Amino acid sequence: MNTPLDSCVLNALRATFRSGVTFPEQFRMTQLQNLLYLVEENEQLIQDALHKDLHKPKFESVLSEIQITLNDLYFAMENLRTWMQPEYNIGKNLATRMDDCFIRREPLGVVLIIGAWNYPLHLILLPLVAAIAAGNCAILKPSEICQATEQLLAELIPKYLSQDCYAVLCGGAEDTKSLLKNKFDHIFYTGSQVVARSILLAAAPHLTPVTLELGGKSPCFIYGHIDIQKAAKRLCWSKFFNTGQSCVAPDYVLCTAQTRDALLPALRETLRTFYGPDPGASLDMGRIVTPHHWRRLMDMLEKSKGKVVIGGESREEDRYIAPTVLVDVQESDALMQEEIFGPILPILTIESLEEGIDYINRQEKPLALYVFSDETSVVTTVLNNTSSGGFCGNDGIVHMALPGLPFGGVGASGMGSYHGRWGFETFSHRRGCMNRSWLLERVNVLRYPPYSDYNLGWLRWATTFKKNSWGGCSVM
Amino acid sequence: MEMQVVQRARENFLAGRSRPLEFRVQQLKSLQRMITDRQGEIATALKQDINRSQYDTPLLELIGLENEISLAVSKLAQWAAPRPVEKSLLTISDQVYIQPEPLGVVLIIGAWNYPWALTLQPLVGAIAAGNAAVVKPSELSEYSASLLKALLPRYLDQELYPVVCGGVSETQELLRQRFDHIFYTGNSTVGKLVMEAAARHLTPVTLELGGKSPCYIDKDVDLRVACRRITWGKFVNCGQTCIAPDYILCEPSIQNRVVEGIRQTLLEFYGPDPKSSPDYGRIINQRHFNHVMALLDGYTAALGGQSDSSQRYIAPTVVKDVPPHARLMQEEIFGPLLPIVTVSDIDDAIHFISEREKPLAIYVFSSNKKVIKRMLAETTSGGVTVNDVMMHYTLNSLPFGGVGQSGTGRYHGKHSFDQFSHHRACLVKSLGMERVNMPRYPPQNHQKARRVRLAMRTPLVDFSKGTYIWAVTASIVALGLLVTLTVILILAAGVSCTCW
Repeated sequence: MNTPLDSCVLNALRATFRSGVTFPEQFRMTQLQNLLYLVEENEQLIQDALHKDLHKPKFESVLSEIQITLNDLYFAMENLRTWMQPEYNIGKNLATRMDDCFIRREPLGVVLIIGAWNYPLHLILLPLVAAIAAGNCAILKPSEICQATEQLLAELIPKYLSQDCYAVLCGGAEDTKSLLKNKFDHIFYTGSQVVARSILLAAAPHLTPVTLELGGKSPCFIYGHIDIQKAAKRLCWSKFFNTGQSCVAPDYVLCTAQTRDALLPALRETLRTFYGPDPGASLDMGRIVTPHHWRRLMDMLEKSKGKVVIGGESREEDRYIAPTVLVDVQESDALMQEEIFGPILPILTIESLEEGIDYINRQEKPLALYVFSDETSVVTTVLNNTSSGGFCGNDGIVHMALPGLPFGGVGASGMGSYHGRWGFETFSHRRGCMNRSWLLERVNVLRYPPYSDYNLGWLRWATTFKKNSWGGCSVM
Repeated sequence: MEMQVVQRARENFLAGRSRPLEFRVQQLKSLQRMITDRQGEIATALKQDINRSQYDTPLLELIGLENEISLAVSKLAQWAAPRPVEKSLLTISDQVYIQPEPLGVVLIIGAWNYPWALTLQPLVGAIAAGNAAVVKPSELSEYSASLLKALLPRYLDQELYPVVCGGVSETQELLRQRFDHIFYTGNSTVGKLVMEAAARHLTPVTLELGGKSPCYIDKDVDLRVACRRITWGKFVNCGQTCIAPDYILCEPSIQNRVVEGIRQTLLEFYGPDPKSSPDYGRIINQRHFNHVMALLDGYTAALGGQSDSSQRYIAPTVVKDVPPHARLMQEEIFGPLLPIVTVSDIDDAIHFISEREKPLAIYVFSSNKKVIKRMLAETTSGGVTVNDVMMHYTLNSLPFGGVGQSGTGRYHGKHSFDQFSHHRACLVKSLGMERVNMPRYPPQNHQKARRVRLAMRTPLVDFSKGTYIWAVTASIVALGLLVTLTVILILAAGVSCTCW
């Protein structure tokens, strides 16, 4: 991939966008329908590619890649007409009562979507659904780390979707850098903070708005009165799903020593039920994506001063790491300096909820925060005293499957959001429109020079916000 | 110094001081008092900065600000409350909502053309959303900046909402600090620098920039009214408004009538000598005066054209038949020069606009619904006013912001509150209903996979209108059938009863 090729593709897409072909509802619906066929008709190929790249169990591929994409497509297709309607139900005031005031949602232009390797299908297709629904053209840049999925997307997208409007460009870090020299109307990136900074720097000279879906260390409180067996099940499921390689996986646990002592046997039992005595032999256990990431995780584990109480086994040849739990982990531990993104679960012991909350607030704002507790006061206290992209009480990850909730980070975990309608809004411009009536020119006269106290007095009276009205107006 | 100011604001934010709703309301009401009590001083400062007429100050800056504050005070509890979200069958017994939360410490960089409105309106949003805010007024409107620095600490909490004055180097120092959001109003050159600085800390930004806002006048329109409205919008604040109509597009056949309409209006507004009208402003400084005058080089004005450098006065000026490649047409004018570019028809006008960067505003004057519809559908811009200029800015239920080169993000009214908030997605489940969860756990098999797939299918995951209508209709039909059955049974019982 080289710069002239990117520019050619980009220029072609821009010309298509200018022609207005992506604007009509029918066009968008057809493309979304075709994307639906792409996923439905190639399920087996998708599963095979994901297994090749990530050793992803079929169940996980279906749940977290195929079905989540299909759901977002159904949701978008069902709601597209509503989303596209101008919004008329906005407050007016005395002065604009005779006017037509509304908000239009308009496409931005040509957008760039950069995918990630941990969920290589849905992390690129869900933003694409939103971009199509909002009437844009798009360039997709799938992660080069998952080569089988990357190639499959490069092959299938042009077969099912309009080649004039959507293109897949493949390549590595250097190719992405050169792609970013071009101007886009929006950049959607999922990945790491380091790369996110360089994307923002590349976007600044073009004043391109950016959505960043990053990550962080998502804490998980287990506190107060709780059914430890159920909590352990849900925790294990969300932690070890995709071998811990989820941006919203619970990164570490905060609990009292007492809870920890009850938790460990529950975790052991759950892991045995899930994966059997040897998780390495279980079909439901995945692998680490690359040797580089495997080494990174093993380094962290080796440098950690915590005590391994569950798991710890590993195999370099197939990048296997067993579901591993450590206790006696301190704030300064190697495992607590960066997002783990693997099947390693440190447990930090706290004396009180406040201590845990203080600890969390000393770190960067995470993408997700979890609390397992039967006590409403515990959930409320944590919610009110922390911030995070999203929050889930008494479960893990599942909040991101609800199309009604925005999915995105805050602070170092990202900016902007998507899923469902939120994705549509992300890829749209909200244009405020006022269609003034020709009448009432006698009233308009109040605003014109030559100015006078008399006119100003009337204007002030007419335009001052009245408490029970919907909006205010400053100048007639 | 800047670092300490930001640090103190952060400490106070982390202590939770800016969060309670009562505190936010109290601060907003105090800001309201500042504007009401100090109107005279504000008007004086603006007169010194930009020769703003005493009427333009409330009209263009203060009334709008007061309305924003009143709206925020009145609606704050509603805006800050958890926002419930559509549930699904799977989450029917869970709490699912979006909780707006403060971002932290925000930086607000104001502009010089409306130094009070453009600095304090974002501040209203920042306070309402529960943040701390560092306020950096523009140094070009120096009297207003000094006055703001003197007044704000007397009305608002000094630690949470400090004012930092200064020029380029102070702004650069501020931009080196870490903020949770930066709100900048100004030009795109500095906008890019702000975005670059923000990139280092992964800070989101709102950029309210500008551009050349076109004004299309259709031929079959009441030119008298149209010209009056355009003249008002163009020459108020001496053309130094980000949403002023920058240039006119019209057919050659009406160009002279447009010029005549503007001429007559100028006479009504400012008299035969605008220089002596108390209602006509001045250019902010010598540099900008020279810049605007240079744009006129080589062109003869159809109206106006006079200037007086010692007063930074430029007469309301109209130039006819301006070619698209003229310097006047290459950059935002931001002054009282109004070029007219002729186009052959609406197609030509739309093409002209679409070839250029997305503007902050588009204006179209027409009585023809089709023309209006086409202009709306085939162009894009930050906002639009049809058959008037600038008025979309004044309705705070409309989002105000740019797109592309004219900016990113939006504010006014509730949009300000939302811009300065993080919308946290919250799902609070119970540990009950675990049987429903069972199919998702390993070890996996076909039956479990099928069950999970079924449970995840959209009609269950998405409790949409269609499903709801189906459910209600089905219930009504079922009830109807039950009632019918009951009636039949009763009748049948009656027939077989001998007591009839």
